[in-house]
Amino acid sequence: MRLYGKIGDQIFVWILVILGLGVLGAALLTGGVLLFGGLESFRTFGFLGFLADSGWNPVRGHFGAWPFILGTLITSFAALALAFFPALATAIFAVEYSPRWASAIIGYFVDLLAALPSVVYGLWGILVLVPLLRDNFEVPVFLWAAQNAPWLASFLGSPTGIGLLSSILVLALMIVPFAASLARDAIAVVPREQREAAYALGATHWEVIRMAVIPYARGGIFAGVILALARALGETMAVTMLIGNSHNLPYSIFGPAATMASVVANEFAEATLSLHYSSLLAIGFVLFVLSLLVNLLAAWVLRRMTLAGTRI
Amino acid sequence: MKAAQSTTPRLSGGRKFRNGLMAFLVGLGTLIVLGPLFIILYYVIAEGIGALNWAFFTQAPAPPGDPGGGMLPAIVGTLIIDLLALVIGGLFGLAAGILLAEYPDHRLNPVLRLVTDVMAGVPAILMGLVAYALLVRPMGGFSAISGSVALALLMIPIIARSTEGMLRLIPWELREAGLALGLPRWRVTLSLILPAARGGVITGLMLALARAAGEAAPLLFTAFGNNALTFNPLMAMDTLPLKLYNYAISPYPDWHAKAWGAALVLVALIMITSLLARWATRGRSG
Repeated sequence: MRLYGKIGDQIFVWILVILGLGVLGAALLTGGVLLFGGLESFRTFGFLGFLADSGWNPVRGHFGAWPFILGTLITSFAALALAFFPALATAIFAVEYSPRWASAIIGYFVDLLAALPSVVYGLWGILVLVPLLRDNFEVPVFLWAAQNAPWLASFLGSPTGIGLLSSILVLALMIVPFAASLARDAIAVVPREQREAAYALGATHWEVIRMAVIPYARGGIFAGVILALARALGETMAVTMLIGNSHNLPYSIFGPAATMASVVANEFAEATLSLHYSSLLAIGFVLFVLSLLVNLLAAWVLRRMTLAGTRI
Repeated sequence: MKAAQSTTPRLSGGRKFRNGLMAFLVGLGTLIVLGPLFIILYYVIAEGIGALNWAFFTQAPAPPGDPGGGMLPAIVGTLIIDLLALVIGGLFGLAAGILLAEYPDHRLNPVLRLVTDVMAGVPAILMGLVAYALLVRPMGGFSAISGSVALALLMIPIIARSTEGMLRLIPWELREAGLALGLPRWRVTLSLILPAARGGVITGLMLALARAAGEAAPLLFTAFGNNALTFNPLMAMDTLPLKLYNYAISPYPDWHAKAWGAALVLVALIMITSLLARWATRGRSG
């Protein structure tokens, strides 16, 4: 402490601490504002009642978050399932197969695409993907189902192009660069000796990757997957533009739905009713807690599994 | 290709086949990822170029359905809101980063590190909700400054993390040399360490700016959007991502074309910012 004794140092540290406390305060305020804003809704419907109720009707003043929680989980996990193997393949290709100059180019594009704004993906989705998907996939499949398997039609939903399927596809495209770049970072730090030892035992190129590289990097890969999931959970603009924003439970694959983020983006500016306003903040609070948990899980996995990985 | 395994005398057909098959699948997966992404870039450039003209950059939007008009208010608004956000976010982010790196034993640091990590994962739209509840409601109307605060909340963790990382790269001997000359600690930080880490710190600021510049979600109910040109940060203001969103979901083909134009300008802006960031880092190492 003698080192910080001079008056100038004390002032400098105090300025830093006050600004640092400002950062802490901002984070606490974020959680606090959402919780206190949502209290009215939690009180009216009960905390679990609000989460589990599947009715959302601003006109009647009845609010339940279940359709949006379900919509968020379905879109995020489906997008992650679609994105996982291609993202891993891109990371493996960039580190293990391609020449150095090519992997630099792949890396540059993957980073660029991770930096593309959400609204740009949404714009492409709504003006290019939706008409394409509607005319060449959804309508033919729906017509075929209507003729040959009527029971299937209600699961498919109306083939308008706007709905769950197109949001899932665009969401998958958006998280692929993110997951790929984190997986690439994890694979790139695997020590060379690890690969050489496996080659020395007579392993093929693929066996080296499967037995020596991926097990070593699995902590980083898994943490990257969880962070990609966190990003999908909170993704707003592209999903809002593509999902069709329905208040009903997401019961069909082509049909409209909504996510927690999309319902907030859509209705918040028009929420004049106090209970409506409070319910949207309550949904924000649920989303806040969910993304907090997922991020903490990623940090924990990274610590846990990296240690286990090095112990082999 | 690595040649080592091909010299093995008895490689069974199954293993050889699987090796080839997986190489094929990995390549295919890469194509599946990069293909659509190239297509998106192609559309942004091809459709966007056609929409750019003199009016796009110099005129206010035309009424719905009328052809013509431009994006001047949104372009000006993007610059004002993002620069204000950079000032606010930079102040708090840099302070947090300096505190974390230069005073490693400070009592505040464990909490501060946890909080910046957690804030980095909070969805951007929630920053908009918070800024709405704290600024827009009490002030009685949408304002550019509330949008800047929402974006600053987004930028703080990015700036704090990158600043801390960059300052840590500076060897501890440099600090000791400064202290040995009798400089007080704050002069060491401001006159020795920050200039030495300048390139990296600027890179962090630029990346945070590029990230915030593309966000529309936190601005939906803070800056809100405004068809008229304004420089007043207490008024509602438009930005390119907001305009892009509103035009993309409209039914007018002319507005769709302008949305592509806005997308191209936005992507170009983000690429220039990240190139500047790379250039700043290069200046440091050279």
